[in-house]
Amino acid sequence: MDEQYLLSMNNISKEYFGNRVLKGVNLQVKPGEIHALVGENGAGKSTLMNILFGMPVIFSTGGFEGEIQINGEPTPIESPHKAMDCGIGMVHQEFMLIPEFNVTENIKLGREIGETTALSRIFGKSLEMLNWHKMNRDARASLDSIGMSNIEEYAKIAGMPIGYKQFVEIAREIDKTGIKLLVFDEPTAVLTEGEADRLLEIMRLISSKGIAIIFITHRLTEVMAVADSMTILRDGEFVAREEVKNISLARIAELMIGRQIDKLVDESVLETRELSEDRIALEFEDWSVDMPGEIVKGMNVKILEGEIFGFGGLAGQGKIGIANGIMGLFETQGDVYAFGKRLDLSKLGEALRNDIAFVSEDRRGVGLLLGESIERNITFSAMQIKDEFLKRIGFIKILDKAKADQHTRDMIELLDIRCTGPSQVVGSLSGGNQQKVCLARAITMKPKILVVSEPTRGIDIGAKKLVLEHLTKMNREHGTTIVMISSELVELRSLCDRIAIVSEGNVFSIMRPDDSDAAFGLAMAGVREEVSA
Amino acid sequence: MKTIKTIYENIGLPRLIIGLFFIFLIVASIALGFSSAAIFSDVLRRWLMYGTLVLAMVPGIQSGIGLNFGVSLGISAGLLGSVLAMEISFVRDWPQILGAGAPWATLLLALLFGVVMAAFLGIVYGLLLNRVKGSEMTVSTYVGFSVIAFMNIVWLSLAFKNGELSWPLQGQGLRNTASLAGSFGGLLSNPDTVKATQPPWLHWLAFKVGGVTVPLGLILLFALLCFLVWLFFRSKLGIAMSGAGENELFTLSSGINVDQKRIQGTAISTILGAVGIILYAQTYGFLQLYNAPLMMGFASVASILIGGASVKRAKISHVLIGTLLFQGILVTALPVVNEVIEIGTLPEVLRIIISNGIILYALSKTKGGNV
Repeated sequence: MDEQYLLSMNNISKEYFGNRVLKGVNLQVKPGEIHALVGENGAGKSTLMNILFGMPVIFSTGGFEGEIQINGEPTPIESPHKAMDCGIGMVHQEFMLIPEFNVTENIKLGREIGETTALSRIFGKSLEMLNWHKMNRDARASLDSIGMSNIEEYAKIAGMPIGYKQFVEIAREIDKTGIKLLVFDEPTAVLTEGEADRLLEIMRLISSKGIAIIFITHRLTEVMAVADSMTILRDGEFVAREEVKNISLARIAELMIGRQIDKLVDESVLETRELSEDRIALEFEDWSVDMPGEIVKGMNVKILEGEIFGFGGLAGQGKIGIANGIMGLFETQGDVYAFGKRLDLSKLGEALRNDIAFVSEDRRGVGLLLGESIERNITFSAMQIKDEFLKRIGFIKILDKAKADQHTRDMIELLDIRCTGPSQVVGSLSGGNQQKVCLARAITMKPKILVVSEPTRGIDIGAKKLVLEHLTKMNREHGTTIVMISSELVELRSLCDRIAIVSEGNVFSIMRPDDSDAAFGLAMAGVREEVSA
Repeated sequence: MKTIKTIYENIGLPRLIIGLFFIFLIVASIALGFSSAAIFSDVLRRWLMYGTLVLAMVPGIQSGIGLNFGVSLGISAGLLGSVLAMEISFVRDWPQILGAGAPWATLLLALLFGVVMAAFLGIVYGLLLNRVKGSEMTVSTYVGFSVIAFMNIVWLSLAFKNGELSWPLQGQGLRNTASLAGSFGGLLSNPDTVKATQPPWLHWLAFKVGGVTVPLGLILLFALLCFLVWLFFRSKLGIAMSGAGENELFTLSSGINVDQKRIQGTAISTILGAVGIILYAQTYGFLQLYNAPLMMGFASVASILIGGASVKRAKISHVLIGTLLFQGILVTALPVVNEVIEIGTLPEVLRIIISNGIILYALSKTKGGNV
C-alpha cells in the first residue's frame, strides 16, 4: 500500500525484559524528505533506530514485533550489515572516526579502492595496492557534494573542529554507493550555533539529491526550520505523524509532553505548611558547576523552607550538575547559602555538615557501597559526619553494632526494603530496593534539606510510589525542604510546589505544576514563545 | 542440593581444589609413615610465621590500593630495624647487662625501629600510589622490586661490629643470612630456646605436648594482631577506609578525604609488613637479607587470594584460611614428594605454580577497570 514511502516501519513493538518500550509504533519516510523523529528522553527513539539498523542488542533480547518495508517491500533487517546493503546510513552523535588517519582514509575506511599487484594475486585482495588517486577523488567529490570544499581531503582528523568531524562523517555516509536514507542522531547537540546552521543547510542539500533523512533531535526550532514531516513518540507510543507546515511549535510541544497527570501521591496528607519568601532554605547566586556533560552556568535560584522544589529539563542541560555540585563531586564557582550561611563546597562534606543530604542519580556508581551490607550503607554517612552508631572503648571509637542493627531494621520496615536482613549485601538487591537503601541513608542524616536526583530512575512502579510518598511525608511531617531533580516531568508535577526547567546550564523558567503541557514542552525545548491558553 | 551448591559457591573452585589437595597431602604423608605430630607442628609453625605478612595485605586491599606487592618496602624496614637493634645490642653489650632480658629488648627495639621507618616509608609510598590511581598493582610490583635492589646496596655498605651480622674478615657489608640464635630467634616459638634462655615462669611461651610444638607466645601475638586489625576495621577510621576502597565517589560524597584514607591504609599495610618480617625471622631463627624477600610479596598476595579475598575485599578469615592452605601444602608436599619422586626442587616448583597460578586466577576474576 505504501508505494510512495521509501521506508515504512509498521506497528513496531519491542519488549526489554518484560518492559514494553515500544508499543505499535509507525514510522514512514518518503524519498528525499527530511523527517524529524521527536520525543522526550526515553520515548523510544533510540530503540526504534536500533531496530532499523538490525542491531544485535535487539535480537539478543528477543527481537521485535512488526514489519519493516523498504520501497513497499517487506525487508527483514537482521544485522547492521543488511541495513547498509539496503542503503541506510547513520551519522553518529559520537564520531566514529580515527583521529590519526586523514580525511580520505576515514571516508574510504573498509571500502578502499585497490589495484591488483603480484602479491595480491597470490595472497588475495588484502594485499592490493591502494589507488590513492581514485580514493582522494572520491573523497573530494563527496565532500564537495555537501558543500564542504574547504575541507582538504589529505588533512588529518585529529585537531579538526568538532563541526568538521561531523561533516567528514556525513561525507563518508554519502560516499557509500546506493545510500538512500541517512539517520542523523542528535547531530547538532555538540555543535556551535554557526556549525549547526551549516549542518541544517547540508541536510537540505542532501535531501535535494533525493536521499531521505531521519532527523532525531530535541531542538524543536531546528525541526521547524528544516524538516518536511515529523513523527512524535511519547512513552514508546506513536502519537502523530504530521506535516511540519501544518503544525505549530506549541502543538508539537504539547503532543510530546501531553499526558494525564496521574496523582502519584495521594492528597490525603494535610497541607499545613506555610511557605514564606522570607525564610529561604537554599539560595544559589551566580552558581556554576563544572561537571562534564551537565554543566551549570551562573544559576540564580531561591528555594523556600519547607518547599518541594523541582528541577526538570532534558538530559545534558545541567540539572544533574546541580546535585553533584552540592555534593562536592565537581568543582563549583559562585555562592550557595543554606539557611543564610554560605557553604564552602570545596571542603569535603560541607553540605552534609550543614544538614543537607543527598540521594545520587548514579545509584551504583556513587550512591552505594555495592559490596557491603545494607547496614553499612545506611549508617555510613551518619557515622562519619555525625559520629552516630559509635561507642567509645578506651581511646578509640568502635562501631556500635547493636544500635546500627536496630536502626537498619527500623529503616527496612519503614521503607519496606525487601531483603533477607540487615547483613545482606546491597549489590544483590533489586534496583528499587537499592534506591530505598539510598533514601534510608539520606534519612539517617536527619537532614533539613534533602536533595534527590532522579529518585525513580530504573525502579519498578511500586517502589516508585513508595519513594515519592515518603518524600512527601518527610516534607509534610518533618518540614524537610526537598529539592528534587528528575527527568520525569510527571513526577515533578505531581509532587513539587515549583519546578525550574533547566536549559543550557541555567534555569530557563520557573513553572507551577498546573501550567499547561504546551508551556512545559516549550520550556523543555528551550523555546521562548508566548503561549496562549 | 541447593545447600550443597551454596556451600560450593561460598568456598569457590580454587579454594576447594587446594583444600582437597591439602587434605590429600596430609593423608598421604601419614600413610607414608611420617609422624603426624611433626607435620602438625610444622604446619602450625609455618602458618604463624607467614601469617602477619599476609595480614599486611588486608589494609591495602580494604583501602583501595589493591594487592600490595610492595610489601617488601615494609619488609625492608623491618629487616633494617632488626639489624640496627642487633648492632645496638652488641655494641652496648646487652646480653651481659640485661641477661635474659636482652633478646626482649632487642626484639622490642627492632619492632620500634621497623614500625617507625615503615610508617614513614608507607606514607611516602601512599602518596606515590595516589598519583598512579588505576595501576597501583603494577607500580607496587615495581616498588617492591626496586626497594630490594636499593636495600642490596644498603646491606653491602653497612659497616657493623656485630660478627653475627657482618661478613667475616671484611670491614663492610652484611651477611646473606644472619643467625638470630644469640638474639631474639625462637624467643616466642622455640621450646628449646625458651627453656635455655628464659626463666621458668616464661616457659609457657613455647612448649611440647605429645610431640606437637605449641608456640603459644607467637600464637597469642598473631591473634592479638589479627584482633587489632579486625577492631580497626570496625572503628570510624577503619570503616571510612574500607568505604574508600569499595567506592571512591560514595566515600567522597560522604565528606571523606579518600586520598588520605588510602595513604593511611598503605602505611598500616607497610607497618604490618615490617612487624611481619620480624616475626618471620623470629620464628625462622635467621634474618634473610639481600634478595631473599624479593618474592615474599607474591607469596603473601597468593595466600590471601587462596583464602578467598578479592582485589577489593579482604577479611581476617581470608588471611587465616589462605595462609594455612598455602603454607600447609608447601610443608606437607616436601616430604611426600621426596618420597614419591626423587626430584629435589619439586616443592619449589609447586610453590611457584601455586602462587603465580592463584594470582593469575584472581586477577582474571576481577572486573575490567575496577581493579
